[in-house]
Amino acid sequence: MSTGLPHHQAIPVSPVATATSSVETRAAGPARPRRRRWTRFILPVYSWLVIAYLIFPIGVMILYSFNKVTAGLQQVSFAWNGFTLQWYKEWSNIPGLTSAFWLSVRLAIASTVFSTVIGTLLALALVRYQGRRFRGKTLIEQTMFLNIAAPEVVLGASLLGLFITINLARGFVTLLLAHVAFSIAYVAVTVRARMSGFDRSLEEAAADLGANSWVIFRKITFPLIMPGILAGALMAFALSIDDFVTSNFVSGSATPFPVWVYGATRIGIPPQVFVFGTAIFTVGILCAIASVIIGWRKPT
Amino acid sequence: MEQTVPADHTGNLGDSRRRFRPGKFLAPYLLSLPAGLWLLILFLIPLVVMLSLSLQTCNPATGACVMTWHWAEFGQQLSLYHTQFITSIWFAGAATLICLVVSFPISYWIAFYGGRRKNFFLLMLLVPFFVSFVIRTVVWEFILSDQGIVLGALKNAGLLPQSFHILATGWAVIAGLAYNYLPFTALPLYVAIERIDKRVLDAAYDLYATKREAFLRVILPLTIPGIFAAFLLTFIPALGDYVNQQILGGTGDTMIGTVIQNSFLTTLDYPGGSALSTVLLAVALLGIFGYARILGSRTIEEYL
Repeated sequence: MSTGLPHHQAIPVSPVATATSSVETRAAGPARPRRRRWTRFILPVYSWLVIAYLIFPIGVMILYSFNKVTAGLQQVSFAWNGFTLQWYKEWSNIPGLTSAFWLSVRLAIASTVFSTVIGTLLALALVRYQGRRFRGKTLIEQTMFLNIAAPEVVLGASLLGLFITINLARGFVTLLLAHVAFSIAYVAVTVRARMSGFDRSLEEAAADLGANSWVIFRKITFPLIMPGILAGALMAFALSIDDFVTSNFVSGSATPFPVWVYGATRIGIPPQVFVFGTAIFTVGILCAIASVIIGWRKPT
Repeated sequence: MEQTVPADHTGNLGDSRRRFRPGKFLAPYLLSLPAGLWLLILFLIPLVVMLSLSLQTCNPATGACVMTWHWAEFGQQLSLYHTQFITSIWFAGAATLICLVVSFPISYWIAFYGGRRKNFFLLMLLVPFFVSFVIRTVVWEFILSDQGIVLGALKNAGLLPQSFHILATGWAVIAGLAYNYLPFTALPLYVAIERIDKRVLDAAYDLYATKREAFLRVILPLTIPGIFAAFLLTFIPALGDYVNQQILGGTGDTMIGTVIQNSFLTTLDYPGGSALSTVLLAVALLGIFGYARILGSRTIEEYL
C-alpha cells in the first residue's frame, strides 16, 4: 500500500517505501519518446511554479523575521523597513511566547512517547492478524479513519464537552490526553504502511534457530520496523507541536505556542514569532531529510 | 512476539508451536487494547457526550446541565446559523475545487515523470507543513495586505488601482484555505495516479489512442476514486476550519467553526455548540458513507 499522509505536518514516509517499485516503471509513463515539441515543457514548468507557490510564504516568513521595526510597538509591520538581526538576538524577550513555546515542546515530547508506543502496538496488530484471528479489526480501522477524517473543530468541541461533563480541569493533562487521541491513528497508519513489506520468514528463521518470542522481537522485528516507528514518532511530534484547533478548546490556562500566536494576531505579531517559526521549520526539514536518509539505508 | 505459521510451512518450529499458549490467541487484542481504549474514551465517548449535550438544557448562570431531550435545539441552531453553514460550504467547496484543479497536473507529473526524484518532489509538496498552521495563515495576511509585498508592489507599478483590496474578503479566505489544504489534495491524487498500471496505458497507445483519449478514457476513470478521496480529505477539514476566516476574512463571512468555538469558549452555550458540531459531523459522515457506498469501504483508507 502506498500512502502519503495528507494531514497536518505529514512527513513523507511511505513514498519512500514505494520508491523501489517505482524504479522499474519509471521510464514507462505516458511519455512517448518521439515527442519533441515545446509542449513538453508545460508540465514541468507548471509543477515548479506550484512548488514555488508552496514555498513562497515560507520565504516571506523567514524574510520578515529579519525586518526592522520602526514604530514604537514591537510588531511585525506589513512594510519592509530594512534588515536586522535584532529579533534573533532578542528571541526570548517575549515571556509569554517563550513559555508557550517550551510548553508546546514538552507537550509534543510527551504526546509523541505515548502515541508512538500505543500506535505501533496497534499497527503490529493490524498488520499481522486478520479474519477470525482478529475480530473487531474492521471496527478499529473504521474508528481510525473517522478519527482522521472528522473536522478537527468537532473533535476539540467534543473533548471539551467530555472534560466539562466529568469536571476535569483544563490544562497540561487535558492537552496531553487530546493530543495522544488525535495522534494514535496517524502513527498507526504510518507504521503500518512501512511494515507492509515485512518479510515474516526472517522471524521464522530465528524461531527455527531457537530464539524465543522476546529475542525475536528485540533482534529481528524491532530493528526492521524501526524506520517506520521513527517516521510515526516524527509525525506525532509534528502534529502535536502544530496543533491549534483542538488545543484551543482544551488548553484552559496552559497556552501552547500556536494558541499564543493566534491570540497575538488580535493585537499584532511580535517579530520573535517568525524567529520561532523559522527555527521550527529548519529543525523539521532537517528531521525529514534524516528520516528519508534512514529510510534509504534500511529499506523495510 | 507470536508468529503465525503458513499452511505450506514444512519446517520444524520447535516446542513453541505445539504447546497451547493463550497469548497466541490474545495477541491481537492485547496489542490493540491501549489504542482501542484511548480512542474509545477520548474519541468515541466524547462524540456520544456531544450528542447528549446537544439535547440537554443548561443553566447559563450555574453552568449545570440537565437532560431534557430538547430536539428543537437543532432546528433553532440551524435557523440561527444557516448563513454560516452556507458560507462554510461555499468557501470550503471553492477552495477544494481550486486545490483539485491546481494539484492534479503536479500529482500527475510527479507520478509519471518524477523518476528518482519522486521523494524529493513529495517532500516539496509537504514543505508548508513544516511551518505552524497559524503562522502560515498569518504570513498570508502579510502577503495579501493592501500595502504588502505583492499588492503594494502591483499598486506602485500601476497594475492595480490603489483602492483594490483582497484582505477581509471571502476571496482571501478561499486563497488561504486553498494554500493550507493543497497537500491534502495533492497526496491522495498522487497515490491514485501512481497506482495506475502503466501497461494499461501502453495498451491504449497500441490500440491507436491519442494522448487526449488515453487521458480521458484511461487515466481519468482510473483516478476517480482518488479524486473523491482527495475531495473528502480536503473538503471536510476545510469545512470546519475557522483560523483562515478569522485571520484573513472580514466580519461578514463568519464560518461555522467560529460559531462552534464561540459557543463553547465565549458564550458557554454548550447545547448550541454541541448541536452545531453534531450537524457538522453528520455532514462529514454523509460524505464518507456516500464514498463507501459508491466506491467501496476499503478503498478510501488506502489514500490516507
